[in-house]
Amino acid sequence: MQLCLAIPGRLEEIRGKSGIVDFGGVRRTVDLSLLEKCKVGDYVIVHAGFAIQILSEEEAKSTLDLLRQLEAATD
Amino acid sequence: MRRLRTEERISLDLSPFQSRELVERAAALLRRIAPKEELRFMHVCGTHENVVTRYGIRSLLPPQIRVVAGPGCPVCVTCPAEIDSAIQIARKHATLFTYGDMFGVPGSSISLRDARGEGARVKVVYSMADAIGMANPVAGPSVFFSIGFETTAPITASVIRSGVPKDFAFIVSHRLIPPALVALLDSGKVEMDGVICPGHVSTIIGTHPYDVLAKEFGVPVVISGFEPLDIVLSLVELVKQHKRGARVFNEYSRSVKPEGNPRARRLIDEVFETCDMDWRGIGTLPSSGLRLREEFSDLDALKKYRIRVRRDDRMPTGCKCSDVLLGSLSPTQCPLFGSRCTPDSPVGPCMVSSEGTCRTWFLHGGQDS
Repeated sequence: MQLCLAIPGRLEEIRGKSGIVDFGGVRRTVDLSLLEKCKVGDYVIVHAGFAIQILSEEEAKSTLDLLRQLEAATD
Repeated sequence: MRRLRTEERISLDLSPFQSRELVERAAALLRRIAPKEELRFMHVCGTHENVVTRYGIRSLLPPQIRVVAGPGCPVCVTCPAEIDSAIQIARKHATLFTYGDMFGVPGSSISLRDARGEGARVKVVYSMADAIGMANPVAGPSVFFSIGFETTAPITASVIRSGVPKDFAFIVSHRLIPPALVALLDSGKVEMDGVICPGHVSTIIGTHPYDVLAKEFGVPVVISGFEPLDIVLSLVELVKQHKRGARVFNEYSRSVKPEGNPRARRLIDEVFETCDMDWRGIGTLPSSGLRLREEFSDLDALKKYRIRVRRDDRMPTGCKCSDVLLGSLSPTQCPLFGSRCTPDSPVGPCMVSSEGTCRTWFLHGGQDS
């Protein structure tokens, strides 16, 4: 494993402090105890078997928008 | 327990971050705004180096923009003395669990893999939860050799807070990125015109620990994600800051919140305190390590088994990993690279670990530009 390689997956089931996360077809049990709250359907970043954050779709879109803004600012 | 119905599934499409068209547009923008002088941007993350090398990002950059790898591989900066202690424990005292990256790195003479070949009890796990599940107090004591930066430390802390099995202890070798960057800049050991901060360390600690870099050292800072577009956008941001003044910019806001992950940060504070730490090939960096707080000292394997750790932060003879870790030498500039030192027969830690710059360059054809 790569220590800092944390990968996103979709949280499919919650079973107490752990959950089942789908990484593009591969399902693994993941510890959820580092998250304040989470719900089924969230995309979580998983590092060494622990979910460390929920990915924000809105923020992902705003980062993609950054390129257009930067291009406009330098025209 | 509740299962998700198909129609409830949200879609999170990250493929634009890998889009060739968007990456080339960002690279064109970078070429347009790059100044004439050379700018050297350092990242401190093995996964960033992996993305930069695998996607050939250096070949897209204008020649004056250089991306160099700093000390971003936790296994590579773990000192031989710590590895030797783990070997001693696995030989004499307990079953030793660790992450796979640590398994092949040589200490002062041999690695944990070599020690296992000689009969020492060493087990490799993906997650600390697996080690807890495999630990068997009846069969004997267990020790977890816990390495890694701020991303891994809260996992150790969480496991400790929720209670560990009987006769389970830890070698704590966690290291911290922001204090290391401060110490390196302060000492003049590294030269950089901007720093690309690691996305998942920052997911835990947030953006504020880097403020000091921009405010006191005037170094442009960007926290970057792990897709090719993230890296090139981050370089555009660093060039902008070079022109307009340093700040901390969070390019990876889909994962990094300004406050980080408060629960994880709290767990780190509850279980650990900071200490000065030796970094292999670099030396002692003030407040750049973690150790167990007094109330958890009975979980400290080095105390439990009375292991005396003598200080040793040397690299193997002839190995240039120290210079590679500080970004002052490219892997291909090391005379051993690809001849005496290969992934099959590594000399230094940067060729052993999957996060090591030398291994990444060897496997993915890394070059300076």
